[in-house]
Amino acid sequence: MGLFSKENRATFLAPLGVNNPVTVQVLGICSALAVTAQSEPALVMGFSVTIIVALANVIISLLRNTIPNRIRIIVQLVVVATLVTIVSECLKAFAYDVSVQLSVYVGLIITNCILMGRLEAFAMANGPWESFLDGLGNGFGYAIILVVVAFFRELLSAGTLLGFTVIPESFYELGYLNNGLMLMPPMALIIVGGIIWAQRAKNPELQD
Amino acid sequence: MNALRNLLDKIKPTFSEGGKLSMFRSVFDGFETFLFVPNSTSKSGAHIHDAVDSKRIMIMVVIALMPALLFGMYNVGYQHYLSIGQHEVTSFFEIFFYGLLAVLPKIIVTYLVGLGIEFTVAQFKGEEIHEGFLVTGIILPMIVPVDCPLWILALATAFAVIFAKEIFGGTGMNIFNVALIARAFLFFAYPSKMSGDSVWIRTDSTFGIGEGAVVDGFTGATPLGQVAVSTGSEAQITDALGNASSIWDAVIGLVPGSIGETSVIAIALGAILLLVTRIASWKVMLSIFASGALTAFLFNIAGLDNPVANLPWYYHLSLGGFAFGAVFMATDPVTSARTETGKWIYGILIGFMAIVIRVLNPGYPEGMMLAILLMNGLAPAIDYFVVQRNVSMRAKRAKIQK
Repeated sequence: MGLFSKENRATFLAPLGVNNPVTVQVLGICSALAVTAQSEPALVMGFSVTIIVALANVIISLLRNTIPNRIRIIVQLVVVATLVTIVSECLKAFAYDVSVQLSVYVGLIITNCILMGRLEAFAMANGPWESFLDGLGNGFGYAIILVVVAFFRELLSAGTLLGFTVIPESFYELGYLNNGLMLMPPMALIIVGGIIWAQRAKNPELQD
Repeated sequence: MNALRNLLDKIKPTFSEGGKLSMFRSVFDGFETFLFVPNSTSKSGAHIHDAVDSKRIMIMVVIALMPALLFGMYNVGYQHYLSIGQHEVTSFFEIFFYGLLAVLPKIIVTYLVGLGIEFTVAQFKGEEIHEGFLVTGIILPMIVPVDCPLWILALATAFAVIFAKEIFGGTGMNIFNVALIARAFLFFAYPSKMSGDSVWIRTDSTFGIGEGAVVDGFTGATPLGQVAVSTGSEAQITDALGNASSIWDAVIGLVPGSIGETSVIAIALGAILLLVTRIASWKVMLSIFASGALTAFLFNIAGLDNPVANLPWYYHLSLGGFAFGAVFMATDPVTSARTETGKWIYGILIGFMAIVIRVLNPGYPEGMMLAILLMNGLAPAIDYFVVQRNVSMRAKRAKIQK
């Protein structure tokens, strides 16, 4: 089987669209609401989760035949916790401001349902390369939603993107106002809901 | 009447399936049933039809809102001329005309946006136009401050109609009161335009009418806002010029506030109409006022060092949105509890929560909006427990007879 065979491409691409972990499987919602008030933390968060899912998938996939079934959750947690700690320390070393903004949510990646879901559902039953692609795909699928939500929230709540002012001053002089509700997590939930709505309207096979 | 009927019958084929303007058939149908009670009946099954259909109920609620709306317009003008020191030299009609000009754009904007979305959705889904927005569109301009900009009002209307109503399935299916969701959206999204001291009284001229400089010592805070920020244990309520206001100003309604909420008398007129026509539930209204009065009274005698807690209970009932919310918003038959026992519980908790939020949360001088929205969310649960209790009671009775 080739490295980029049809199945492998589907493994990578499905989580970006019709099998998105956030909008279709509705996993990882908690952090999607918490870190999306601004684009920068959302980008970093999406990137961190992608790395951790991909690497954890590879490691568990390599170990999958040696892990006793009864303690597999503990083993998975140890692997994930190690990776999360490494990523967290890297963030503190190289991107301290963002790691302060993300605060506990980096540590809480351990409890992100996407991680355990992929390890249990995919890495325990597939080879390391397929698991790596699956982890990348799911990480990117999660990151895309985070970035889209953060785009709307930052643009409408502060008029900026990645910290740069986008909405010109003349708009404010005409009476335009920033939307304070966008700073609050409920609005992130409504935006995620809007994305789910649009996605299901486009893909009839997702409608139940 | 007959001429109108004939005209409608004549143009009907144009709008029917296959006609030239069939793309507007839901709009035509909406207007036809608005003007005349439809004479169609169900073809299958046994149905009981009330003689009054929901369009007629909605129109009755709009009529009941008219006293509060007209008085609100007058009060907008009155507060404006008070703030520029000309309230004694300006004629009644000029004051009212100023208020009319200030309020009318809000009503037009909410109707245009709300009905626009409703008509589009109805046409898109091939359904009849729901009539629910008739009431929402008139209530919403009445529960915002006069200086709330039109564009954020339009945004809030669109948000509420789409996210509080259409996604739940349209009129009659919404969990939360649509107008209150719009107000909550405004309140949290644009707090600077929904609270504070500068939005309740329009000090500028409107369409060139009412020019004048604001007098010295002007304060634009609502009575509840003044109480919330006052220091000491007793609050002094003043009007825009700094003169003390009495309870009668609040009952008549000549105080700053959202457009339609200030006058207890005008709201009472509407309440009488709603109760006589039995559109609103007297149980909900009575229990809200009774529990609100009791809660406020308990705070009065509790001896807290908090001016809102020490505000006499009759002030609590007549200031702010308490009366308006109790009469027009909590009694919304769609979002309130449906069971008769449930209506008592629902009303008692609204009155209680509204006063508790006012007294114990310094961030929100007004608690009625949040109290009603909270109980809207709990109403289905109340109904569920009332029905379950009835079921278990009857089950017990059935056992004894065995």
